[in-house]
Amino acid sequence: MSNGRHLAPRPGFVLDVDKNSPPIVFHHGEGFRLEKLPAGRSRVIYPAEPLEGLPDPDGAIRHALLNPIGDSDPLPALLRPNMKLTIAFDDISLPLPPMRRPDIRQRVIEAVLDIAAEAGVDDVHLIAALALHRRMTEDELRHAVGDRVYDAFAPKGLLYNHDAEDPDGMVVLGETPHGEAVQFNKRAAESDLVIYVNINLVAMDGGHKSTATGLTGYTSLRHNHNVHTMLNSTSFMDRDNSALHASNWRMGKVLRDAGVKIFQIETTINNDTFGREGPLSMLQKREWEWSGRDRTSFLAMQQGLKVMPTNLKRKAFSTWLAPYEMTSVQAGEVEAVHEVTTANVYRQHLVPVEGQTDILTMGLPYICPYNVNSIMNPILVMCLGLGYFFNLYRGRPLVREGGVVIISHPTPWEFNPVHHPSYIDFFEEVLTDTTDPGEIEKKYEKRFAEDEWYIHLYRNSYAYHGVHPFYMWYWGAHALSHVGRVIIVGGDTRAVRRLGFQPASTLADALEMAGDVVGPQPTITHLKNPPLLMADVT
Amino acid sequence: MIAESLAGRRIAITGSTGFLGTALVERLLHSVPSCTLVLIVRPGRRGAQRRVDRDILRNDAFDRLRTSLGDDAFEEMAATRITAITGDVSEEGLGLDEDGRAVLATCDIVIHSAAIVSFDSPLDQAVEVNLLGPVRITETLAELETTPHLVAVSTCYVAGSRRGAAPEEPVNESPFFVDVNWRLEVESARRIRHETEGTSRSPESLAGFRKEAHDELGAAGIPALAAKTEQLRSRWVDDRMAGAGRSRAASLGFPDAYAYTKALGEMALTESAGDVPVSIVRPSIIESALAEPSPGWIRGFRMAEPVIISYARGLLKEFPGIPEGTIDVIPVDFVVAAICAVAARGPIEGADIVQVASGSVNPLHYGRLVDLVRAWFTDNPIYDEHGQPISVPEWSFPGRGRVKRQLERAGTTLDLSRKVLDKLPIRGRQAEIAVKLEEQRDLVERAMGYVDLYGAYAECEAVYLLDRLIALWDTLDAGDHETFCFDPRTMDWNHYVPEIHLPSVVKAGRVPMKPPVRGVQDRATRLRNRVLSPERHIAAFDLENTLIASNVVASFAWLGSRHLSRGDRIRFVLKTLAEGPTLLALDRRDRSDFLRFFYRRYEGAPKTRISEDSAEHFSDLILSRSFPAGIRRVREHRALGHRTVLITGALDFVVEPLRPLFDDIISSELGTSQLSDGTDAYDGRMKAAPPTGEARYQALVDYADLHDLDLRESVAYADSASDLPMLEAVGFPVAVNPETRLANIAKKRGWLVEDFAKSPGMSRRLLPLAPPVSTAAARRSA
Repeated sequence: MSNGRHLAPRPGFVLDVDKNSPPIVFHHGEGFRLEKLPAGRSRVIYPAEPLEGLPDPDGAIRHALLNPIGDSDPLPALLRPNMKLTIAFDDISLPLPPMRRPDIRQRVIEAVLDIAAEAGVDDVHLIAALALHRRMTEDELRHAVGDRVYDAFAPKGLLYNHDAEDPDGMVVLGETPHGEAVQFNKRAAESDLVIYVNINLVAMDGGHKSTATGLTGYTSLRHNHNVHTMLNSTSFMDRDNSALHASNWRMGKVLRDAGVKIFQIETTINNDTFGREGPLSMLQKREWEWSGRDRTSFLAMQQGLKVMPTNLKRKAFSTWLAPYEMTSVQAGEVEAVHEVTTANVYRQHLVPVEGQTDILTMGLPYICPYNVNSIMNPILVMCLGLGYFFNLYRGRPLVREGGVVIISHPTPWEFNPVHHPSYIDFFEEVLTDTTDPGEIEKKYEKRFAEDEWYIHLYRNSYAYHGVHPFYMWYWGAHALSHVGRVIIVGGDTRAVRRLGFQPASTLADALEMAGDVVGPQPTITHLKNPPLLMADVT
Repeated sequence: MIAESLAGRRIAITGSTGFLGTALVERLLHSVPSCTLVLIVRPGRRGAQRRVDRDILRNDAFDRLRTSLGDDAFEEMAATRITAITGDVSEEGLGLDEDGRAVLATCDIVIHSAAIVSFDSPLDQAVEVNLLGPVRITETLAELETTPHLVAVSTCYVAGSRRGAAPEEPVNESPFFVDVNWRLEVESARRIRHETEGTSRSPESLAGFRKEAHDELGAAGIPALAAKTEQLRSRWVDDRMAGAGRSRAASLGFPDAYAYTKALGEMALTESAGDVPVSIVRPSIIESALAEPSPGWIRGFRMAEPVIISYARGLLKEFPGIPEGTIDVIPVDFVVAAICAVAARGPIEGADIVQVASGSVNPLHYGRLVDLVRAWFTDNPIYDEHGQPISVPEWSFPGRGRVKRQLERAGTTLDLSRKVLDKLPIRGRQAEIAVKLEEQRDLVERAMGYVDLYGAYAECEAVYLLDRLIALWDTLDAGDHETFCFDPRTMDWNHYVPEIHLPSVVKAGRVPMKPPVRGVQDRATRLRNRVLSPERHIAAFDLENTLIASNVVASFAWLGSRHLSRGDRIRFVLKTLAEGPTLLALDRRDRSDFLRFFYRRYEGAPKTRISEDSAEHFSDLILSRSFPAGIRRVREHRALGHRTVLITGALDFVVEPLRPLFDDIISSELGTSQLSDGTDAYDGRMKAAPPTGEARYQALVDYADLHDLDLRESVAYADSASDLPMLEAVGFPVAVNPETRLANIAKKRGWLVEDFAKSPGMSRRLLPLAPPVSTAAARRSA
């Protein structure tokens, strides 16, 4: 890659650490650690280099809209005057970090709106399909859909955030054979066509999950956002082995049977998270290929971060916009589209890995789906590590059953009271009582989910729903039941203990502590992510 | 013999609610079966009879009588043998009504034990009671034309601060006596009171008291400040009068005003006695009972106890005194017995003075007392708040001057630090440092008090001769020796101090003699549980610094800057900053004036726009600066079924988004007027007085009345001394992140103190300006 864009991007690969291997950069929140892994028994999984983006994204989008896959007419054929059209789009949790303008959603929505205008459609609503996530701010909406679309729709109240707690805005459309109620955004349910605009960052995203999760509420989500489902999603990044997706697919069928017509647009992006140039570009490279300049700027950045207060660091990192490029776009019938999308995601992410490991190490970055422009609180650390990173596998988990996960993250005892009010109470009230997902679900979920104050904040301020921290905890349930111990390196010890994990000040200490669980001379695998990768474990 | 002599006699007693008086009443009821008692008591609020029932007969001194007779028989016996009459020795004619005079006229013996024994009482009060009390008794008896045997209780210390033998002779016959005219002393004491009262009311003094009250309470509202000012004034007068007493006593060679007024009282009594036969009984320092009514019995916290407890707590490391000096202590039952013996014997010719002391025949040396105390507390340590035993310090017997100088130095340093801290805008944890400082300052002050007051006694080297006492003892038979023992030669200090006195002192002082049991909740948890009990009615909350770290100025800055262009923003900031000091000063002076003045700047603000903006303001300013633990607390109260109410001077549209948190919100409201385009705008005038200070208290009272709820069962949360009226109105006040003044008050009154903090990790914005409205919205509103 250091040779520029002329050569084909190299696939991901597994490095066996030997005496000559350089120290590995671990993400560590708003900072980094350089770690030397034990030679002879450690390996590092490197992501593939970013795939080439489509040379003409707007042309590709238009082409996809006019040439749908699966059982679907081209978009123009689905549009007519006097119809009700709802365009739903992914919220602030995608992509991560946010991408440079123009956002893919803007490109797609502008293309869709052009075609709709040509067809004489004038009843159009645009909805941020955020389920129980926090509402997007004006700035965030503008970034996602572009100023032109925002200014044309938002002032008239036609561009808004989904409100799963609006008593007049939600309907129940039916029940799956498994008894799962299917609740749906009323405007979308009453529309003649729902167009869903996806950015499929990871394999979990898209398919029926877009609508069945994005435009629903607690009534539906409690059927698949629970401990039982998560324990049976191995992993939730692998649709065919994911109870979470099975439930969403069942719900998708109920939507279809209820007459909700969905035109699905899915897009994939490459993993060019840190760019080919700029202050973070060395993170896109493998350590032994760093140039002198990369080394100097990394050291300078480390020094700078050392003296910066956390707030400033947070601010600095949150200004980073990824130069992601679109690698594919497909539209049409949900399931057919999603098949192609998943193949495209895998093309970028999958790295074959042979065999499991005793100890899985991971460096968590400053961002996860739920703290964009916010604080990554301890509960989100747990979710990102044991939920997302742990589940970035196909086949078998990277770490063996009873193994150890070592997470590197500062895990500060910090919360954003606007975005995460129920997280604070979850941390203070629930985790002080128990960290067992099943018990938490049984004892506390309903109270938090139905709490009027949290609902008020979700609807009128910018708060994640009261039940959201529970979902974060459930996301890690599979990992919690699978591994023997979780150790966090460099975290706030009180916060780490509150999570039920063990704090360690250095990786060496953590490896030492892990030895108690997995025995001497354990094998170690480091998941070098991001840039994003997914381990295909055989 | 004593019982027989007193049988069938009618005995009047003053001071029966006191330590000595109670023991005397008990002993007469117990050991002289057929005498009857007339108790002259101040009526208090309840009347004389109720006071006798409550304040005397309910005392544990009467336990043995109640037990032996049974409750009913005891009540009946008390009813037949005791007559309570209303009277006051500090009033002319003893304050007796006709009935009272008639009853007094029938008495055979009058025992006068009423006195102001506090060593730092105001001069004039001591004069009225200790000096003039005996005179008023003899005058009243003269008026009634009766001549009962008057037994007056005085003190050995009338002999003054001197060395060597102090015989049982009249005060003015002592070679050391400085001759003074007691009538002039009375007059001048009254004049000093008069002058001091006058001085305290001078405009300068009153201004000083008001300032002090304001410093202590802040902008707490006029009624609260007025009450505090008057309290400070009257305390100042009392302090000055106590000082006057100390100086006058010292100038005449007495250790304190008590001894001085008692000495002159004896002279005045002798002079005014006329035909009334007088006996004077002078005890030394009266301490807990050796045997009767029960070993160790004590009433009230007596002179030596605070010293002993402070020492055991490790607070008092040094106390002036000389090890070979005598600490003249006598158990209360010895004094009672001696009084009975004198009364039974009846009047004799000439000056009849009996001293009841121990120093001359069986001295307890200061050094020995300290050894006994130290040994006992080493075996039976007091426990500190962490459950650690406190080890008692080694006593070094320093001189009084050195100790005082040390304490004064400590006091000055602490005073200075406190003044500095008072000026700093600190609250919560930091304010606790100030509270600790204040506590230490209190300790130093108390220690200074002990040194001042008791040092003179500890250093006293007078030896009180007991010839008459011993002679009286020798006239008694074996039965009396058994029942009315007062022979100090029989005292075994090695037994009395550790076995009887110290256990009783620690019991009376309620000091923790056991380590706290494990698993027992700490005080804050206990208080919190009471605050969060389902029985509570209302939970009232202040907003600023109680639930959010923000204020009305920040809200205005946010709302006011929301629609400004870049240049206007800068001008806006500069203008607001320039006004800062004025606003701050106004806020300190009077909260409601400040709000009235400040809210004027909402004049002309369009109502609909403010209402639209307040939703963003809620997220961006209020929630981001909220105290999650505070909000959780509101919700806990609600979940418990309490009525939650927010009472704030903030404006209604600012707090409107908080409505789901509370059952009710009481806030300030602005009037509106119509603009030329037909829309409504705020006029910048408040519709009613803002609920702050005493208005907040009133709002809470009205609220409780309206909903028929009990404030004594209610909780209030606030952060500032200006909220005192509201906090004092409820049964369960909670100080949240209190500033220094409130922290001090909360500590003293044992209120729950909570530290609610902002969520850590939020960036601090220097100026609470609204983020600029994005272009489109700005265009829209333009």
